[in-house]
Amino acid sequence: MSALYELQGVCMRYGAAEILRGVTLDLSPGSLVTLAGPNGAGKSTLLGILAALRPGFSGTCRFGGRDVRQWTRRALARDVAFVPQSLKVEFPFTAEQVVLMGRTPYCDGLFESDADWREVDRALSLTDAVAFRKRDFRTLSGGEKQRVILAAALAQTPRVLLLDEPTTWLDLRHQIALYQLLRRLCGEGMLVVAVTHDLNLAAAYSDRVILLDGGAVAADAVPGEALSAERIQSVFGVTARVAEADGRQWILYAG
Amino acid sequence: MPVESAPRRRVLTALAVCSAIAALVLLVAPLIGSSSASLPRALAGISPDREVLFELRLPRVILAMIAGACLSLAGALFQALLRDALATPYTLGVSSGSALGAVCSILLGFRLALPFPVHWLGAIIGAALVLGLVLHLGSEGARMSSFTLLLAGVTINSICLALILFLHSFATLMQSFSITRWLMGGIDPVDLKTLASLLAVVVPVAGFVLWKAREWNLLAVGEEWAESRGVDVQWLLRFGYLAGSLLTGLVTAFTGPIGFVGLIVPHALRMRFGADHRLLLPCSLLLGAAFLAICDTVARTVLAPAEIPVGVLTALLGGPFFIWLLRSRRRSLWL
Repeated sequence: MSALYELQGVCMRYGAAEILRGVTLDLSPGSLVTLAGPNGAGKSTLLGILAALRPGFSGTCRFGGRDVRQWTRRALARDVAFVPQSLKVEFPFTAEQVVLMGRTPYCDGLFESDADWREVDRALSLTDAVAFRKRDFRTLSGGEKQRVILAAALAQTPRVLLLDEPTTWLDLRHQIALYQLLRRLCGEGMLVVAVTHDLNLAAAYSDRVILLDGGAVAADAVPGEALSAERIQSVFGVTARVAEADGRQWILYAG
Repeated sequence: MPVESAPRRRVLTALAVCSAIAALVLLVAPLIGSSSASLPRALAGISPDREVLFELRLPRVILAMIAGACLSLAGALFQALLRDALATPYTLGVSSGSALGAVCSILLGFRLALPFPVHWLGAIIGAALVLGLVLHLGSEGARMSSFTLLLAGVTINSICLALILFLHSFATLMQSFSITRWLMGGIDPVDLKTLASLLAVVVPVAGFVLWKAREWNLLAVGEEWAESRGVDVQWLLRFGYLAGSLLTGLVTAFTGPIGFVGLIVPHALRMRFGADHRLLLPCSLLLGAAFLAICDTVARTVLAPAEIPVGVLTALLGGPFFIWLLRSRRRSLWL
């Protein structure tokens, strides 16, 4: 399949700090891509560029053959959904209302259609958030909030899902459920790009791991290749051992 | 799982109730007053009942309702725009610009051949200048965010307030009295033609603000949140600031600053009905109108023939009500 995203020499600086230095890569539909790397490596910035939220980069970043900055917000939002790590809401919106906002790129006028509500129901049940749909978003736990935010992105019925550390607040069961859901979405042809620090989850579920180090791509390969002990040592500065158990790869960190 | 009906019905029900309340106030408030005036006599065209009801009280009630509607709509709008539940129509400086303009015109004592008091003109010019200045300063390069808008607005606000104090210190006793009186805010009867021209601006602006209600929801959550869901945030921020300032600036020119309406009405409604702006904005508009008209009616009757500044009453009536509302919902969150 042809690439959805084509990035060529993408650079980004905030003042004197060089956040990204010449990132070149293609992203294709139907794959789960993990973005990993140390703090400040440029992961979230790269994700923001893919979501067209960081327009100040140089180089090219095309989505569907067109520069991401040239898409209208509305058209892009029908294809690309961005899931922030957390969301601070000041006002008493219910979880359901937050998810409903995902339907914005499809709505004209003031009110949602029955079809919009069906997508909301579907998204809420996919992320196991139906039980608290009527609750004030601000009263939810961190993990519950994260599931609602994910549901809001799924309600956009996107072709691309961009997630910024989606497992941060999730309990163990929901971390696994999330990655199983992401896998299923990939099976349906979605491109999923997730920033994460959990290398074991990345190794278990991703098709491809992109390691960023100091704003440059340090590795871009299948998990088994990208997450070798030497690579982890050089990128993260941590001594690690890669072991095999239950037919899959485990990364064990030395203290 | 059954598909839920859209919130349309809920909005329409709330709208019907709020409209009924506003209509009731519009009908009853003109009948209340210190001097007795009867409706049958007024309708029969008998003087002075006709003049008291139709030329003094009715226009005053209408102006109070327009002012209340604009202030609480602008308050709700700025709260969404700045994601700050404590924002008021005055946070972003336009009313101080208006006040500065009015103070200047009182001090300079122009005598222009205008069909309305000259400080109205001053107030409108002051508001327009501040509006342009804040928009300019708030856009860093081509981009604007709630934060840069807030910084610019609050700064200009402080500068205007300082200039008012500075100018005030040079005023004569008479001028000082009119300045203080203006700054207290108050609703004076105006002729129907002025009310009509005020409405001609307010209705389309308010209508457009209400039409964007769904997008304010997203902006009230966050700028990136709104952008990544297809909202043109840059445009929406500018439009929201302009619309809210226009509503506030116009009303302030006529009535002077009247506090608390723009804070308390949206707050009370948000606590009761949640944050969906499709419900919050129209209800704020209608109940803000009713609330200010009630306050003004009390202001002109309780101590008659003396009048209490209406801004005092909005706080005195609204404050305790608000505290009661907070206490009755202790289980839920503070805001």
